[in-house]
Amino acid sequence: MIDVTLESVSKRFARTGDTAAVDDVDISIAAGEFFTLLGPSGCGKTTTLRMVAGFYFPTSGRIRFGTEDVTRRPPNKRDTGMVFQNYALFPHMSVAQNVAYGLKIRRVGRAESRRRVEEALGQVHLAGYGERRIDQLSGGQQQRVALARALVIRPRTLLLDEPLSNLDAKLREETRTEIRRIQKESGNTAIYVTHDQAEAMAMSDRIAVMESGRVQQIGAPQEIYHRPANAFVARFIGRSNVLSLPVTAVTDETVTVGLPDGAETAVAAPVGHGLRAGEAALVSVRPEHIGLTSTTEPGALPGRITELEFTGMATNLVVDVAGEPVQVAAIDVPAGIAVGDQIGLRLNRERMWVVHP
Amino acid sequence: MGGAPVTAAPSAATVPPITEDPAPAGRGRRPRLGGRFAGGASSRWFPYALVFPLALILFGYVVQPMFATFAESVGVDGVANYTEFLRGEGVARSSLLTSLGISAASVLLCGIVGVAMAFLLKRFQFPGRRLIEAIILVPAALPPLIGAISFQLLYSETGILPRGLQQLFGTESPVLPFTGIAGVLVVHTFTMYPFFYLAASAALAGMDPSVEEAAYNLGAGRVRVWRTVLLPMLTPALVSASLLVFMTSLASYTAPLLFGVDRTMTMQIYINRTNGDLPMASTYASVLAVVSILFLLAMRWYEGRRSYRSQSKGIAAHRREITNPFGKWAALAASILATVVLLAPVGTIALVAFSADGSWTTEVIPSAYTGQNFVTIFSDPRAFQPILNSLQMSLIATVGCVVVGVLIAYAVRRLDFRGRALLDVAVMLAWALPGTVVAINLISAFSTGNVFSFGQVLIGTFWIMPLAYFVRFLPLVFRSSSATLAQIDPSLEEAARNLGASWWRAFGTVTLRLMVPGVAAGALLAFVNGVGEFVASVLIYTSQTAPISVEINNRMYSFEVGTAAAYGMLQVVLIFVVMVISGRLQSGRSASREAAKWTA
Ligand SMILES: Nc1ncnc2c1ncn2[C@@H]1O[C@H](COP(=O)(O)OP(=O)(O)OP(=O)(O)O)[C@@H](O)[C@H]1O
Ligand SMILES: [Mg+2]
Repeated sequence: MIDVTLESVSKRFARTGDTAAVDDVDISIAAGEFFTLLGPSGCGKTTTLRMVAGFYFPTSGRIRFGTEDVTRRPPNKRDTGMVFQNYALFPHMSVAQNVAYGLKIRRVGRAESRRRVEEALGQVHLAGYGERRIDQLSGGQQQRVALARALVIRPRTLLLDEPLSNLDAKLREETRTEIRRIQKESGNTAIYVTHDQAEAMAMSDRIAVMESGRVQQIGAPQEIYHRPANAFVARFIGRSNVLSLPVTAVTDETVTVGLPDGAETAVAAPVGHGLRAGEAALVSVRPEHIGLTSTTEPGALPGRITELEFTGMATNLVVDVAGEPVQVAAIDVPAGIAVGDQIGLRLNRERMWVVHP
Repeated sequence: MGGAPVTAAPSAATVPPITEDPAPAGRGRRPRLGGRFAGGASSRWFPYALVFPLALILFGYVVQPMFATFAESVGVDGVANYTEFLRGEGVARSSLLTSLGISAASVLLCGIVGVAMAFLLKRFQFPGRRLIEAIILVPAALPPLIGAISFQLLYSETGILPRGLQQLFGTESPVLPFTGIAGVLVVHTFTMYPFFYLAASAALAGMDPSVEEAAYNLGAGRVRVWRTVLLPMLTPALVSASLLVFMTSLASYTAPLLFGVDRTMTMQIYINRTNGDLPMASTYASVLAVVSILFLLAMRWYEGRRSYRSQSKGIAAHRREITNPFGKWAALAASILATVVLLAPVGTIALVAFSADGSWTTEVIPSAYTGQNFVTIFSDPRAFQPILNSLQMSLIATVGCVVVGVLIAYAVRRLDFRGRALLDVAVMLAWALPGTVVAINLISAFSTGNVFSFGQVLIGTFWIMPLAYFVRFLPLVFRSSSATLAQIDPSLEEAARNLGASWWRAFGTVTLRLMVPGVAAGALLAFVNGVGEFVASVLIYTSQTAPISVEINNRMYSFEVGTAAAYGMLQVVLIFVVMVISGRLQSGRSASREAAKWTA
């Protein structure tokens, strides 16, 4: 069942004039789905979310909840629960009063309200914190109060705008599993905004990658990772290498390209790629899908190491292959290699993928 | 991104794009009008529905009366009144020049005193520093009339100091009396230097000491650091303060009144009005209004420019101890002197309040003391009436200021609508106009009934007084509301809306609730100013509506100095009570700011 639909939604701000903050976005989100808007800063994620919440109205396009058109419905009539990036907790109310605010508006009886507040605080592991003042909580606790306040009204859709961005790395990871758990338990649809791809990958059922107000790709995390729709998605997710290689032959599902050393290989390509022999194809190869070997090994691409950086788990290298910098993330590194060394690269040809420009 | 972005939504229904503007929600289910307003603050109509009545109030009671004054000034003899200002030896021209000259001199004097005080108190450590910091704003906190009277009692020809020195040195006439323009300048300096002091201290506090240290480190001497680093960094603060002092001096009325300087703009307005020449009074008022508005615009233009603010927070510059023993004694003597000078005005009022009326003639200080003045004020209904009047009129005005001021602040800060800057300017216009001009404007506009007075003549009635106070003190409430609003994260209100609250409810339970301390501080300020109001009142009061300050002035004229001072003392007490309450609110506000910091 479809819960939230955006149909050709665009938003232009009066002051910024012509450029659209959100440009012709089509998204449909299933009930119970954890859906993430992912993209670099300024790509229009917040604007999209705020249109769903009703804080902005689209310049054109429609928003539907189920079959109802809510495009111009005021925010207080939408039944969404929003967790704000800065939490937006009411500083003049206690934790319990904050959580109970939405229930009070819904005229939930006092006993019932108290029970549900307790339950919601329990869900976010803050049982017994009800009487605290907001300024007596840590950042992570405040974040969880904000979550409880949104959850307690049992909204049809949970909206989260970078709710973890103010937390330190460890707390981020803890909280994200928590959010996911609570969302699953409650069965809410959730729309989550982030520019952190690891977070998006770890939490989402599906992800919409946005750039410059446009949706670049919508798909499950694996799909986005392994089958990026275009060069932007490939580079943005996991900093893929996008190599421009000459096409020698094509089928419906593969494109055969020539490698810098003259060898040829068939690479999987999306249906309807539209490439023909003689053109150049963009091929995405992930840094971790490149192995290091000696230059003499047959089929290895020879190159020269220009950068080398040990990060603990992996070693990141930049290798110059016929003038093209290629990113490599290697777990196994031959002993004693250094910048300036000649080295052979072994591409994992199964994992290569043709992308649109 | 060219190509064909793959929208791989498994369940995406392909829907033809809708390009025409979507209809408001609820078409067909709800009446259209309801649909429009249902959007609350986010509906396109809402800002206009809220702003329209506010704009109407500002137009009706601030802008339109100004035009009425202009119409009055040209109504009878056309521009003839204005040509008065061009005639070489005319009163008009010399009044304008005197006013401008007094203002310029006031800027200079206040600048020297204020900046020097800021540097001494913020950069040096010496005995008595804390006490002086605590009382430094006392002279400026006095109501204008009481302030001017106290200086007259202290420094004029019949004042305590010149007579005291006369007795001390056994001279023929009082020593060093301040009269005329010099007297006016003394009052201005003592009551307006805080503009410079506050601006310069804030600038000094916001200044990263390492910038100054960097200059020394690069080899600059002390004078050079002053000239090339400190003064340029203080410039924005000093320019703002100069504009403020200039405007305030131009609007000053009580000081010229008490020191008998008739040829100033404000005095000419008063004199012409009391002589029944309203067109000429209106001409002076219009000219003064134009000059004040020019200064307002200059100030806004200047503040819109970038000001120097140090990037890093850093620690406040540490104060230098005065170590030299001679310097130490000099500093101690100077701080005792400063304390005496700062407290002398209040002390004088308190002393004279207990003197028997008519007993003080040629002595240095009054010779006979009594509590009778206060007894009279509280027991004689006719003497008590001015107090009741002031409290009542000021209260009514304050309520109006709060309702209108808070909503205008909200509209200007939070809503997006055409004409927002105009609304902002209209409020500040009320602030920029001198009290005498406000009074003349109201007289011009409401001597006959018009739409904004519901067809009633307001002049000569009770209502003109609270209306004048409302116009004068609305900007105070607006400013403090607007400043608090700036501290409140807009997403708090959005969170309330998201949880289902209507705009009114979200505004009431969250935004307004959080604004309370700031609004209350502004309201108290407006109330106190209303109780001390003199400048506009003296032009529009009737015998039934005379406020405290007018009563004080009348008592001074009939040489009941003791009773006059007793009234003044009551005003001063009220101000101190309010200052204490405000201080409490302020600390409450800082608690909520603390909370805001946490949540942000
Ligand atoms: N109220 C506004 N008025 C004018 N322009 C706006 C407004 N809000 C956002 N924009 C512009 O719209 C674009 C998208 O902004 P948005 O806040 O949606 O980005 P975002 O993807 O959430 O970025 P971030 O990750 O930095 O939060 C930006 O270019 C921004 O400058
Ligand atoms: Mg954002």
